[in-house]
Amino acid sequence: MLKILGQRLLRLLATLFAVTFLSFFMTSLLPGDPAVAILGEAGVQNEELLNQVREDLGLNDPLPVRYVNWLGNAVQGDLGESYINQGQSVSGTIVQRLPVTAQLAFMAIGLAVLFAVPIGVLGAYRQGRWQDSVSSAGVQVALAVPNFITGIFLIWLFAVKLQWLPASNWNRISDKGIVENLRTAILPATALALTQMAIFSRLVRSDMIATLQENYILSARAKGLKDRYVLFRHALRPSSLSLATIVGINFGALLGGTVIIETLFAIPGLGFRLINAISQRDILVIQGITVSVAVGYVLINTIVDLFYTVLDPRIRRS
Amino acid sequence: MSERATGTAGNEPFLVVEDLKTHFTVPAGTVKAVDGVSLELRRGQTLGIVGESGSGKTVLSRSIMRLNIGGNVHTTGSVRYDGRELIGLKAKEMQSIWGLEMAMVFQDPMTSLNPVVKVGRQLTEHLRFHLNVSKSEARQTAIELLRSVKIPEPETRIDNYPHEMSGGMRQRVCIAIALACGPRVLFADEPTTALDVTVQHQILNLLATQQKERFMSMIMVTHDLGVVAGRADEIIVMYAGKVVEKAPTATLFAEMKHPYTEALLRSIPKIAQPKHSRLSAILGRPPDLINPPPGCSFAPRCPYAQQRCHEEKPVLSPGSTPGHQFACHFPVGTPEAREAFDRNLAAGLPVTLAAAGDSKVSDDDLVTSAGGA
Repeated sequence: MLKILGQRLLRLLATLFAVTFLSFFMTSLLPGDPAVAILGEAGVQNEELLNQVREDLGLNDPLPVRYVNWLGNAVQGDLGESYINQGQSVSGTIVQRLPVTAQLAFMAIGLAVLFAVPIGVLGAYRQGRWQDSVSSAGVQVALAVPNFITGIFLIWLFAVKLQWLPASNWNRISDKGIVENLRTAILPATALALTQMAIFSRLVRSDMIATLQENYILSARAKGLKDRYVLFRHALRPSSLSLATIVGINFGALLGGTVIIETLFAIPGLGFRLINAISQRDILVIQGITVSVAVGYVLINTIVDLFYTVLDPRIRRS
Repeated sequence: MSERATGTAGNEPFLVVEDLKTHFTVPAGTVKAVDGVSLELRRGQTLGIVGESGSGKTVLSRSIMRLNIGGNVHTTGSVRYDGRELIGLKAKEMQSIWGLEMAMVFQDPMTSLNPVVKVGRQLTEHLRFHLNVSKSEARQTAIELLRSVKIPEPETRIDNYPHEMSGGMRQRVCIAIALACGPRVLFADEPTTALDVTVQHQILNLLATQQKERFMSMIMVTHDLGVVAGRADEIIVMYAGKVVEKAPTATLFAEMKHPYTEALLRSIPKIAQPKHSRLSAILGRPPDLINPPPGCSFAPRCPYAQQRCHEEKPVLSPGSTPGHQFACHFPVGTPEAREAFDRNLAAGLPVTLAAAGDSKVSDDDLVTSAGGA
C-alpha cells in the first residue's frame, strides 16, 4: 500500500512537471502581451511604460528562466499574483473557486452514475427488446444535445415556468447552508450529468452484455437466483471496470471543462476564471489553475486505480 | 416406453423426458442440437449420457433443466418432473426448481465461479433464498458442505475468492454449491474434463459418494465411456442430437450394438496396448446439424455402412435384452454386420480400413473418398 502511494506520488510530480512546463510554453505562444492588457489602449502608445511593466513582471527574461523562477516559487507554495488584478493571489483564487467546480463535477458524475447503471443494466438484460431500444434512443438523444442546450432548457422549465429553482448564481455552503447551495447547484449539475450519463450507460450496457455471456452467470441462474439478484450482485461488479476508468477520466475533464455551464449559470468556478485569464494572458493564473486541475486529475485517477482492487480481487495480487 | 431400464421395482421414474427437441435458429438455418430424445430417471439412479463434442449431450442436459436461454432457442417435447410439465414454464417459474430440486455441476470450474464473489456467498446465496436460512446458519452449512467435499480448513477457505483455489478445489466448491439445497437430481456436465487425471478420479468418487449418501439421482454427461463405465446404472449414447443406443451399463458393455458406441469404446487408450501405438480415433467429424444426412447420421463415418444406411434413417428399437435399445440397420456382432464390414474392407473404404487397424488411414482419405463417391 505504501509502495503504491509512493509510486503515485512520484507519478504526480512527473505529471505536474510536464503539465506546468507545457502550459507555460504554450501560453507564451499566444499572441498578445499581458503588459498591453494591463495598460489598456492608452498605455500601448507609451513604449517606455510598456517596457517598464514587462520588466516588472519579468516578461523580458527568456522563457526557461521565467519557468524556473515560477517553479521555484511554486514549490514553496507561492503561485504568484495575477498580472491583471493586482494584489490578487493565485492560490487565493484557487481556494475560492476550486470547491465550486469540484462540487459541480462531483454532483454531475454522481447523478450520471446513479442513472446510468440501472439504464445500462436494463439495456443489457433486455438486449434487443423494446426496453433496450427505448433506452438506446434516449441515450442517443442525450449524447447529441450539447450541455448548454440542456442547461437553457432546465432554466426555462424549472426557473422560468415552474419557478422552483433559481436560474443562476451560486450559494456557498459556508454562506447559505447546504439546502440553498443545492438549490443553485442542481440545475447546472444536471445539465452536465446528462451527457455523462449517456456515455456511462453505454459502457455499462456493453460490458454487461459481455458479462452475461459468462459461465458463472449461467451457474448463478442455475441456482435459482432471481434475475435482479444475478444482475446486480453477480454481473454488475465485473462489468464496472470500464465505467470506473471513464468516471475518473471524465471527472478530471469536468474540473477544467465546465466553463460553458459556469458561464450560463453565472457560477464563480474555476473554468470561468481560467477562460478570463487566458483572454487576458494572465499567465500565472493560468498556471495556477492548470496545476490545481492536474493535481485533482491525478488524485481522482489514483482513487480509481485503488478502486479497481475493490471491484476485482484478482488485481490485488499483482 | 414399454420396458423398464433397471430392476428397481416400486421405484417409479420421477423425471420423464419424451421426444425432447431443442433447435437453435441461426442465420444459416436451424441447428437441431437435440432431436427427439426420450429418457427416464428414477430415484438414486445414475444415467450416463455419452457422446463426442457436438453430439448434443450438453444441450440435452441443459434442455431438461430448461437452462438454454435466448430468443433463438426452441424447445419442444415433454419434460415431466413429479408429474409436472416443465416445458412451457417461464424462467421465473423454473427458479423454484433450479438449485432446489435440480442442480448442475458445470464443465469448467475455472469459469463457472464468479471471480469477484467470495466462495462463501456463492455457496450460501441460493440456500438463503430457497430455504430462508439465516446468515449464520447458512455459513455453518457452507462450512459443513466444504468439509463434505473434502476441502481442507473450510473455516478459512469459505472467505477465499475462487482465484485463490486450484482447479480441483474449485470443482469441489461447485459440487458443494450444487449439493447445498439437497437437490433430487444432479446434472454433472463433463465435471472432470477441465481437470487433470489424478483430480478427475477424486471428483468422480466424490460425486458417487455424495450421490449414495443423499440418495440423489444423477445425470452424468461425458465424452468418456470410461467415466461412466463403473458409475452409471444406465447409459445413453448420443450422436448428432439423437439417441443411437441406450442400455443398462452392463448390457451396453457386454453387447453393444451400435457401431458408434463401439468406436467410442475403441477410442479409449488401453494400458495393454504396446507403447507408441497409434491412438484409435473415429475418422471424420460429426455431421452438420443444420442439414443432417438423409440416412443414418453416423453412416459417413461408419465402417459397416451400406447403401441402405445412407438412405434410410434407422429408428431406435428394442434389442434382445430388456432395456436395450439401438438405432442401426447392421448392429455390431450380427452376421449381417460382419458381412457388411468385409464388403467395405474389400472395397477399401477408409473408415473400415481404419477400424480394421490400418494406421496409415487418416481424415484426409475420408475427404477424398467422400469427394470421389
